[in-house]
Amino acid sequence: MRVDCNAFLGAYPWRKVPGTSPEALVAALARTKIDVAWLTHLPSLFWRDPTAGNAWLCETAKAHKGFRPVPTVHPGLAQWEHVLADAANAGAPAVRCDPLYLGIDPAGGEMRVLAAACGATRVPLMLAVRLEDARQRHPNDRVAELPAAAVRALIRSDPDVRLIVTHADRAFIEEVHFGSTPEEARRIWWDICWIWGPPEDHLATLLETIGSERFVFGTGQPLRLPENSVAKLDLLDLKPETRAAIESQNLAALATGGDA
Amino acid sequence: MLIDVHAHFYHQRTPRSDWRERNASRLGAGEKIGITVHVASILGSFGLTSPTYFPSPRDVTAGNDALLALQRAHPERIRGYACVNPNYTAHARAEIVRCLDAGMIGIKLAASRRADDPLLDPIAALARERRVPVLQHIWQHRRHDWPGQEASDAVELCTLARRHPDVAFILAHIGGGGDWLHSLHAVRDVPNVYVDLSGSGVDGGMLEACIESAGVSRLVWGSDITMDTGWAKLRYLESQLTREEIAAIRWKNAARIFPAGAFPSD
Repeated sequence: MRVDCNAFLGAYPWRKVPGTSPEALVAALARTKIDVAWLTHLPSLFWRDPTAGNAWLCETAKAHKGFRPVPTVHPGLAQWEHVLADAANAGAPAVRCDPLYLGIDPAGGEMRVLAAACGATRVPLMLAVRLEDARQRHPNDRVAELPAAAVRALIRSDPDVRLIVTHADRAFIEEVHFGSTPEEARRIWWDICWIWGPPEDHLATLLETIGSERFVFGTGQPLRLPENSVAKLDLLDLKPETRAAIESQNLAALATGGDA
Repeated sequence: MLIDVHAHFYHQRTPRSDWRERNASRLGAGEKIGITVHVASILGSFGLTSPTYFPSPRDVTAGNDALLALQRAHPERIRGYACVNPNYTAHARAEIVRCLDAGMIGIKLAASRRADDPLLDPIAALARERRVPVLQHIWQHRRHDWPGQEASDAVELCTLARRHPDVAFILAHIGGGGDWLHSLHAVRDVPNVYVDLSGSGVDGGMLEACIESAGVSRLVWGSDITMDTGWAKLRYLESQLTREEIAAIRWKNAARIFPAGAFPSD
């Protein structure tokens, strides 16, 4: 079983990206032997009201066996609590909020209230550090990357909130993990898509220093080739149970509210 | 066969205390990926006693010596690029001759001088004379100077390539950061520029754009410092292209531009 917790549907505004339709995603999942994909509607991350893409996302997810919707929440819009409640009722495995894309303080009051609400409803909150390499972004794509300090602040802001952080590199992960108490660090899961493999061996190092229970399989597709996350794992000499934990079981534990 | 046209190794006189582990990791990962030959360079002392991208002549020689030693230690697996700093013309040319005579098979130019600078002409002339390719470090669309390097972009490399149409130039790491579309537009009509697919970038759409711009016949496979991304790009291409097209990217294009006999079954 392989679950991709970090995938998107829909067009990207800053460059032409193939494979953004549901049908293309189904083909990509088959190609890379991914059984389930947690999905966010990519275009709406850039809309004033990012929740406007949620209805299409949920309908599309219903129509495809391996799709799970990760709706977007904007804590600065009135009645955002309904979006969170709808997501929980729809069985969404998580909700997403990328504060800097919304123009809100990543560790400010709105995000802290959202973190508390996610903690209360037992819905994990997903955030991306970045979507593209800063060196290649469109000249007008000037949204800052999520700071590690914001993740530390959010995990401290509520004792029940659980975070899934995507597109983080080794330095970011180490800063947050070792800048948190063990109890706080146990409520954060890291997607592997941006962590380097050999010869630098960042992923192997993190699995040893932080523990495999903190890492989950994610790809960032279709902005990134999903083959990359599979290749990273293939290059490690992992025990089958460790690989299974990263590929699906850590997410399963997260979904049921416990630790792996 | 699989040729990695963009590899690096470290040595004792670099800031990396883990240099042995990194070298071993590259070779170990190469076994898993199925890399037949790592065509590698060492950029001087990687900052220990002179800057990585502006290596002193002494560090250039020491780095090339370390790579020659690795080539001797792994004769089936490792081939070398002679890395030089074009600001020291006489030393650069002498170093290229010395390293090629010792068995290296190409020239590595990093970011000591812009690619379109006349100082690169004597090096390109030597590449033509010795029939070896030049791997040029590229910042994909350099919009401003970056600290620590005098990086070139594809437009500048193409200017050099047009001045030396009989030399094969490898545009380094199309996935290595920056706007790869800018580079791919630049290389479209410059037939002696080959695109190296290495770099940490695994952007959806990048490989399609490479094929559209340069064609399969001008793509060469590499990893640079992230072998997982290199393998991912290869896997994706294998799902999209014919067996013959994949063979071209895996090794046949490289075999065409490196000296005859550079690779085992060549």
